[in-house]
Amino acid sequence: MSFLKINNLSVEYKMRRETVHAAKNINIEVSKGEILGLVGESGSGKSTVGNAIINLIDEPGKVSNGTIHLGEINIHDDLENIIKYRGKKIGLIFQDPQTSLNPIFTIGEQLIETIQTHLKLDIKQAKDKAINLLKEVGIKDAEQRFNNYPHQFSGGMRQRVVISLALCCEPELLIADEPTTALDVSIQSQILDLIKKLTKERNLAVILITHDMGVIAETTNRVAVMKNGNLVEIGQTKEILTKPKQTYTKSLVSSVPPTNKKISRFIIVEKENQPTNNTNIKILNRWTKKEIIKQDLVEVKNLYKSFDDSFFTESSKNIVMAVDDVSFKITEGESFGLVGESGSGKSTIAKMIVNLFKPSSGDIYFDKTCITKIKSNKEMMKFRKQIQMIFQDPYSSLNGRLKVEDIIAEPIKLHNPSIKNEDLKNYIFDLLESVELAPNSSTRYPHEFSGGQRQRISIARALATQPRLLVCDEPTSALDVSIQAQILNLLKDLQEQLNLTILFISHDLPVVRQMCDRIGVLRNGKLCEISNSEDLFENPKHEYTKELLRLMPKIETIYN
Amino acid sequence: MIKYFFKRLFQSAVVMLIVAFVSFSLFNFVGDPINNMVGEETSDEERSQLRESLGLNDPVHIQFSRFIVNASKGEFGISYQLRRPVSELITERLPATIELVFISALIALVSGTLLGVYTGINRKGFFSDIILAISLLGVSLPTFVIGILFIYLFAVILGILPSFGRGEVVDLGFWSTGFLTTTGLKAIILPSVTLSLFQMTYIIRLVRAEMMEILQTDYIKFAKARGLSEKSIYYKHALKNGLIPVITIAGINIGTLIAFSIITETVFQWPGMGFLFIQAVQFVDIPIMSAYLFFIAFVFVMINFIVDILYYFIDPRIRVKAEAASG
Repeated sequence: MSFLKINNLSVEYKMRRETVHAAKNINIEVSKGEILGLVGESGSGKSTVGNAIINLIDEPGKVSNGTIHLGEINIHDDLENIIKYRGKKIGLIFQDPQTSLNPIFTIGEQLIETIQTHLKLDIKQAKDKAINLLKEVGIKDAEQRFNNYPHQFSGGMRQRVVISLALCCEPELLIADEPTTALDVSIQSQILDLIKKLTKERNLAVILITHDMGVIAETTNRVAVMKNGNLVEIGQTKEILTKPKQTYTKSLVSSVPPTNKKISRFIIVEKENQPTNNTNIKILNRWTKKEIIKQDLVEVKNLYKSFDDSFFTESSKNIVMAVDDVSFKITEGESFGLVGESGSGKSTIAKMIVNLFKPSSGDIYFDKTCITKIKSNKEMMKFRKQIQMIFQDPYSSLNGRLKVEDIIAEPIKLHNPSIKNEDLKNYIFDLLESVELAPNSSTRYPHEFSGGQRQRISIARALATQPRLLVCDEPTSALDVSIQAQILNLLKDLQEQLNLTILFISHDLPVVRQMCDRIGVLRNGKLCEISNSEDLFENPKHEYTKELLRLMPKIETIYN
Repeated sequence: MIKYFFKRLFQSAVVMLIVAFVSFSLFNFVGDPINNMVGEETSDEERSQLRESLGLNDPVHIQFSRFIVNASKGEFGISYQLRRPVSELITERLPATIELVFISALIALVSGTLLGVYTGINRKGFFSDIILAISLLGVSLPTFVIGILFIYLFAVILGILPSFGRGEVVDLGFWSTGFLTTTGLKAIILPSVTLSLFQMTYIIRLVRAEMMEILQTDYIKFAKARGLSEKSIYYKHALKNGLIPVITIAGINIGTLIAFSIITETVFQWPGMGFLFIQAVQFVDIPIMSAYLFFIAFVFVMINFIVDILYYFIDPRIRVKAEAASG
């Protein structure tokens, strides 16, 4: 007997010109004690369904059709009264624990207020209940931490507090909207375990909304796949992931980087309106390519970096070393990966290599020259030309007020001011072609492109100076999994044909396995181990690496 | 905490020192102070004797340090025009200005916050539009026009409120107050409302923008998802967060109110410091001007200092930053 029954649910956003259907005729049932995964890419309507259940859809969206039954009650009968069910019958967890808690109230105040809203308890009883809850979700010293403010908790602890708030009035349905997306792998697995445990102990019905197929594989009993507001497929998780019936589900599953083996390319089933063949790259003719000599292109020696921000206050005892004695070499033509959780210093190293940060101490050699000791800007320009970077967020890394051609032309003109207009135009077209963008893209503005296309523009811009080293800082973290597969394929192709050396930075282990020849594992600014990527995944040596590998969500678990 | 406190105090002291220097230069270098003090028929010998006795021949840094010492005791010399110590004049006029500013700040803060919250929550309501339209008038009309309109309406046509002065005041020895008499209370209504209009508009718009932004945040969405009542979401969770920037602005604005009270005081013939200042400007009464400058700067610095300290108590995040910074 299903506990939650969503029948024919439609949600629409009436805009000035058109009506957007965020969800169309969705039918979903969830039983008690069951975790249903709701998976889809951004814009697929998965969060809309979650929000529609408790009628929290932002203006001007509204539920236009359908019923939602909780047990025997149709909770959408009386929308004014739905506030009664929020928190009481249905708990909701949001993605980002950093922003879901009110910063100026202690977690105790927030818990007690919520409890007293729904249950007839006095302050004392509410406090006891709150403390027991905090203990239940795994917060140590709950009595003391009760009076702490949200910012005094780490991300994972905060998400535990959020869960305790969602569960404090004993709801029977829990909707978790990307509950672990903002968290590191190790914290993610703890939070997922907690949700699984609570589901069992409290006999909850759970809807877990996520884009991460690994999480789906490891956590859910059943899964519903959504695309463009439609329910594509629903069924047992194992069934859907191993024998997907619909084309879309197939492409989604094949885009996920496997964790247990290295594949040469991702299989792309559906493409994002782009030319498919990438056989010849015209910019290859322009590339003033040297023969690859298997020698060290980059050498990092005993690198340290600390951030000491205040000028007036004397440096205190607890200086945080963002990068702590890191040394490694990258051979020309290889892909070197740096992995680590947030705060491990991986981006800081990248920024020091491209000379955006100065190291506190230590040296970086590029092609046998120590680039950290270069003083003159002119001298530095020679190296800046050879080292280019691709950033994580394709939205903020392109200037929205420049046309694509101007974005790409800027680095070309900087390093070659005498280039003729005709030449420049052709060069830009060649670059666009090499990243599989249509030539007419050049006169458009960044906002007219999707995230994946923007990242292609970033790559074209980086290639414009014909670099030898490409530093990619989480280049696909902001992208959907099918787009990620395309971008990773593109990077692989480019590297092969242009003999690029790539420093690939990511927190996503499966992606790093697919992309890199050698991998360095960072933790708290220290390098734990460096080894060939297959060795690292098959025989990790350092304890921390083993831990990371054990905790990463594996889509393959479903086959066992 | 103590370190945070002293750091702020030190910053305030630096600002005051700079202002003191400007104030001092005004006194000494705008025209010849001796010329301003004595009459036409004073002989050159008497002039140089006076110059010597006033210490005007001393090196600049000695004069400046003497100025600082005197200023810290509240002594700013003798008014050219009224022939009385400036400190005495200021203490006489201070209560009138402080009372006026206090009442208008109160009006601006309370009604500004209430209307701001209302318009922030009911974004598309009819009343919100009206409030915003009227408040726009409040900023676009100059203070003296509003003051004169008020006088015309309430004093001339309706005849219910006095058009000038403070009414009867009760002297408490160190302070003369208009709060204890009916005429005094009546007299303060028009000038304080006039003075508060501009600030009120400012606060309405600030609170409204803050509320609208905060109502979009995740923690408000999460509060709604927990089924908290609208009352609690709006007035507890949203408003308290929204007030943090308001405190900064309001702090600076109280200073502005004192400075801007010049116009209002002139329109309503309010016997406060602004009025005193205007008279001083007309007679080039430099000791009063420099004392006024010094005093206004002092008020600004003090208010900012208090706001910084208040911040520390209101926003737990600053508390942590400050503690981290002081080790």
